[in-house]
Amino acid sequence: MSAPSANRPVNKRVLMLATCLCDAYFDDAAQATVEVLEHLGCTIEFPEAQTCCGQPAFNSGDWPSSRRVVRHTAKVFAGTAPIIVPSASCAAMLVHGAPLEFEKEADKGEIDALSNRAWELADFIVNGLGVKKWPGKYQAKIAFHTSCHSRGTQSGQATLTLLSSIEGVEVMAFGEGEQCCGFGGTFSVTFPNISKGMGDLKLEHVRAAHPDVLVSGDSSCLMHLSGLAEKEGKPIKTLHFAQILRDALKNGGMLAN
Amino acid sequence: MSVSPIDGFAANLKQETHDAVYKSTKVTHEKRTKLLFDHFPDANRLREIAGEIKQHVIENLDTYLPKVEEKLKANGVQVHWAATAEDANQAVLNIMRKRNATKIVKAKTMVSEETELTHFLEKNGVECLETDLGEFIVQIDHDHPSHIVRPIIHKSRREVAVSFEKNGLGAYNDDPNVITQRARVFLRQKYLQADVGLTGANFVVAESGRLVLVTNEGNSRFSLAATKCHIAMVGIEKILPRDRDLPLLLNLLARSATAQQLTVYTEFITGPRKSTQVDGPDEMHVIFVDNGRIDVLASDCRDILRCIRCGACLNVCPVYRQASGHAYRSVYPGPVGAVLSPLLAKERFPELADLPKASSLCGACQEVCPVNIPIPDLLLRLRDKNKQAHGPSAGTPPMGAWSILASQPTAWKAAMAMGGAVNYVPRILMPGPLRKWQDVRTLPPWKGGAFRKWLKNRPTKKS
Repeated sequence: MSAPSANRPVNKRVLMLATCLCDAYFDDAAQATVEVLEHLGCTIEFPEAQTCCGQPAFNSGDWPSSRRVVRHTAKVFAGTAPIIVPSASCAAMLVHGAPLEFEKEADKGEIDALSNRAWELADFIVNGLGVKKWPGKYQAKIAFHTSCHSRGTQSGQATLTLLSSIEGVEVMAFGEGEQCCGFGGTFSVTFPNISKGMGDLKLEHVRAAHPDVLVSGDSSCLMHLSGLAEKEGKPIKTLHFAQILRDALKNGGMLAN
Repeated sequence: MSVSPIDGFAANLKQETHDAVYKSTKVTHEKRTKLLFDHFPDANRLREIAGEIKQHVIENLDTYLPKVEEKLKANGVQVHWAATAEDANQAVLNIMRKRNATKIVKAKTMVSEETELTHFLEKNGVECLETDLGEFIVQIDHDHPSHIVRPIIHKSRREVAVSFEKNGLGAYNDDPNVITQRARVFLRQKYLQADVGLTGANFVVAESGRLVLVTNEGNSRFSLAATKCHIAMVGIEKILPRDRDLPLLLNLLARSATAQQLTVYTEFITGPRKSTQVDGPDEMHVIFVDNGRIDVLASDCRDILRCIRCGACLNVCPVYRQASGHAYRSVYPGPVGAVLSPLLAKERFPELADLPKASSLCGACQEVCPVNIPIPDLLLRLRDKNKQAHGPSAGTPPMGAWSILASQPTAWKAAMAMGGAVNYVPRILMPGPLRKWQDVRTLPPWKGGAFRKWLKNRPTKKS
């Protein structure tokens, strides 16, 4: 996967792409994203007309359908402000996927412009705003799942930098950490056995590290893993890293409860 | 429930096979990574450079192919061109008939798996013997290789011992050393009886006409030393521009394939035996095989032709580890196979339409590829191609209606509000994909629109 370009805009007036998963299921992860960014002095604009990044159709091979959604996103997120995404996967769709499926399209230029403004949340905090130490405290042993869409980007390392800087956090290493959790969007329903096999392996490794909570920058991985664990009757606690950052601020008295 | 044949294979894979494949791919991958990054300060840059070299070759094949032909001929090698698998097999048979040859010993070559050479020769009365230990076991078992580098990764030593016994190679004994010794004794005499030795080539250098072969068993050396005629069957993409490109590619190949610094045997062959040399074949042929590669070159998936057949992408792939190689129903399994096999299958593409989908797009394959092939991008391109060609959906849910919803904000918001029904509808009434999701996982409670509501109503809103 191509790395994000080096000259993405850094600005504290940001647009937020909340992602369809946060819109539908993980409202608190999106809420935490807002609170974390505001703590850093950012002004957040949330374009109401936003929907999804277009990745489900892109990965399914229905590129015309995906392009329709990406064009909508480009329209809704017009401007020059950085676009902050609390998901490495959706950020990668904007940074890498969209330009790929627009290779032969007349409006590739507009899509490249959109792509060049996209930041995954941790990447923006650490590499955009230069914040490498997170204040507050959070008492927990954390297993951090580096999602695959953090490959070839700086997001995985950035998230780890933030999490491990929090007072009270102990980041627990676990086996085969670089392996995919088996979600993969529609892959999880078209290849149910393989997807489950991959997920079970991930859970086995995570459980062996005895963390208090499994954390990731992608709610989709967490939805898959916690769904598997719960169905098995052995639920695990999962949180988006933005929730950890936000709760650390609250615990440190830097944010009202 | 499985909708993809590959997923079905995974579901029915014997636990013993699963464990053998998982363990051995994992170990090789981990060793490979350690070796590569311990030895080179910027191994990833090396992968990129190797990729650029191979990309340069495939984009300039029209100049390299005549050049390499000229060099080979100058070295005393006879050059043949085979457009199809049949042409390639026929070329081998013609060479043999001309020499009244009836026996051939074969080193491991993937392109001959592609053309099903062994089967073809046996049908035409030629005694054809695989000399790579893994391929030999595949042959006596009438099985198929399940890995590019380790053909019998799916077999346990107990299974091998059983087939040795069945084939008259001694009473049951599953000690790997005993198995290897028995194969060795059996194969030795066969080399001496054979008329022709057939190999592939890992690289053919354009500037020198030099063939490079890497093996760990020395079987290709044996077949070259013992026979009077050497035939190399080579895919047209195997060319390297210069001899000085070899160190980089050989260093990457051995580490990526088997986690070795260098394979045990690396042979550099520049033509048949010269008058000053004691041993070696008097006659040498190179058969360049297209078999669909030109079509791949013309497609937007041409980058796959950089592949040097190391198998690192198979070893790291979580799907390959779960499903094993036979699930891919083609000569090339794993991520590289998921791209290459449907392309080489041409009109049989629909039969293999599930291959490009057999990936969570995790990107591990590109990360380990010694020639940095953007395999996930190519998988995505093939998915798009299949959809555009109205190929089989291979279980992928349709996205058209969703995309209309996702480009109309009012409808989207309404759907978010109404989606709460998911929390209450019985599973039986759910749409297919959602039900399939719930077969093995629970769904979190639907909170559609909750974030938007919070954002709008919160008292502390700053902006």
